Amino acid sequence: MNLFGYQTWSEASRRDLKLAALVLVLLAAVIGRFPDYAAPRNLAGVLDDTAILIMLALGQMLVILVRGVDLSMAANLALCGMLAALFNRAFPGAGVLTVLMMTLFAGGLLGAFNGLLVWKLRLPPIVVTLGTMSVYRGVIFLLSKGAWVNENEMSRDFLEFTRTQFFGLTTLAWGAILLAALFIVALRFSRAARNLYAAGGNPEAAAYSGVDPGRMQFLAYVVAGAIAGVCGYLWVARFAVAYTDIALGFELQVIAACLIGGVAISGGVGSALGVFIGCLFLGIIRSSLPLVGISAFWQMFINGVVILVAVLLSARPRLGTRTILEAPRA
Amino acid sequence: MTAVLKRWESVLALVLVLEFVLFTSISPYFLSVDTLSDATFNFTERAIVALPLALLIIAGEIDISVAAIIALASVAMGLAAEQGAGTGGIVAIGLGTGLLAGCVNGALVTLGRMPSIVATIGTMTLFRGMAYAVLGDRVLKNYPEAFALFGQCYAVGPVSIELAVFMVLAVAFGLFLHRTRWGRAIYAIGANPVASEFARIRVDRYRFVLFALTGTACGLAAVLLTSRLGSTRPSIAQGWELEIISMVILGGVSVWGGKGSILGVVLAALVFGLVTFGLGLMNIPGIVMSIFTGTLLILVVALPALVRRR
Repeated sequence: MNLFGYQTWSEASRRDLKLAALVLVLLAAVIGRFPDYAAPRNLAGVLDDTAILIMLALGQMLVILVRGVDLSMAANLALCGMLAALFNRAFPGAGVLTVLMMTLFAGGLLGAFNGLLVWKLRLPPIVVTLGTMSVYRGVIFLLSKGAWVNENEMSRDFLEFTRTQFFGLTTLAWGAILLAALFIVALRFSRAARNLYAAGGNPEAAAYSGVDPGRMQFLAYVVAGAIAGVCGYLWVARFAVAYTDIALGFELQVIAACLIGGVAISGGVGSALGVFIGCLFLGIIRSSLPLVGISAFWQMFINGVVILVAVLLSARPRLGTRTILEAPRA
Repeated sequence: MTAVLKRWESVLALVLVLEFVLFTSISPYFLSVDTLSDATFNFTERAIVALPLALLIIAGEIDISVAAIIALASVAMGLAAEQGAGTGGIVAIGLGTGLLAGCVNGALVTLGRMPSIVATIGTMTLFRGMAYAVLGDRVLKNYPEAFALFGQCYAVGPVSIELAVFMVLAVAFGLFLHRTRWGRAIYAIGANPVASEFARIRVDRYRFVLFALTGTACGLAAVLLTSRLGSTRPSIAQGWELEIISMVILGGVSVWGGKGSILGVVLAALVFGLVTFGLGLMNIPGIVMSIFTGTLLILVVALPALVRRR
């Protein structure tokens, strides 16, 4: 098998390549002006800052691939983060592994709720996740009674886990790299991933070939939810605080990262590598703004420009029948 | 009779009556003209944007950037006021900014061939980003005294100017959507854009105008909101897009396009506003209210789906 020969390169891989070249140019430009930026410690820091975005965007990508969208991801993250913090406060000696499993399970469950509504009732994904977004945020308030869980109420293990370093990178950065690697391999070689792309690319055809598009949507939501759940713990541990509004509005940054990474909102097109590089692109811009002397207040504006340019460049002829996000009519 | 009962608008009307009964029995202060007049302030601005957004969603598009346009228009007005613009000039700049932002959305969707959800996620970030970039952590509050008229004064008796504007617009939008051929065309585009194109409806022109209209309504909402608050921060109207979209969907407008009525949207706005106000009377924090809104939103789309499955 000619894995890396040009013949087997799809349009998607060529787009990933272009995006990677763009990131390298950006990186070179920043380093050209500020040689200190190239210091390994700084680059590791950038990766650490971008890690949670990368993990969430990989999950979001699965959902968008099957013609869905998960607006509740940040709320899910915040809810699982609060659960982790409250659990840690009640049982400080329980260990990080327990917390990780718990948030994985809780997040997956919240994702499954979205998925069931989309699969079994065929509800529009955008409405379902808009609804669960509000509900999950409200539940955090009820759980915490509006109070914060602060650093001094968290155990040492709980806080240290994300900051432990291996070979110069934090656990958080390794987590993002490993998850991206897992996604790249799994999306290329697993049967489930083939079905996922098929269900997103053409739900009717997928249904005729024995793939239930609704079921694939359900699976995508569960995986995205589980990732968001674990990221909830990681977020809370990294920033050492949990409250109702953490990661407020972050879901849109995650979707933006996917769009920049070349994921088509109409489903069926996108690669894990592209999303990974897209996140790095945002991460590099964010970390170099203060160097260039641009106030952090410009960050959002630049994000907006980047999204629009990325989407305009990759614009495909619009299909007349698909307007907002469509559920499969299989 | 059953046809009337089965309509979504009837359900909303029933919910509205139940709310009245509930809140009257809970708080003795609820059922007074002054209280009810106060209660209208917390939804009219959003409801004004919900009207054109309903048309847009019926036409099969969506605009997620509405709240960001409000913020951008408010910042533009604040800057104009700082430069010493009069009340008329400030209002013109607010409306103009909204119109311009709406045209940007419309151009991206029609000329740029972008799906509207992607385009408006982008412009949402862009517009809100511009507000932050220009203003940073500053606050603009040098508005002339006469500017307070729009958001703080009353038109007739207890009817505020905001409410009066909303009522006039609701009637106008209702007539436009349900009584003109342009309204029919909007339904047709939402139901089947390709067939509409073949029926010589200029689909893209409608899309562009509806985006521009929604932008202008955001400008108007910005005038009212800024006038009511008397100050502008870049975070103004944060998160409103979700509440406005919820209002429209709660009003029975189908996200698939092609279905919905202005009456439904108006009733949904009232239900929404009263719940917010009533829960406030009972000292329930707004974030808990979001559990209610979210559940309601899912139920609204889930109930017809459940009925269909039988």
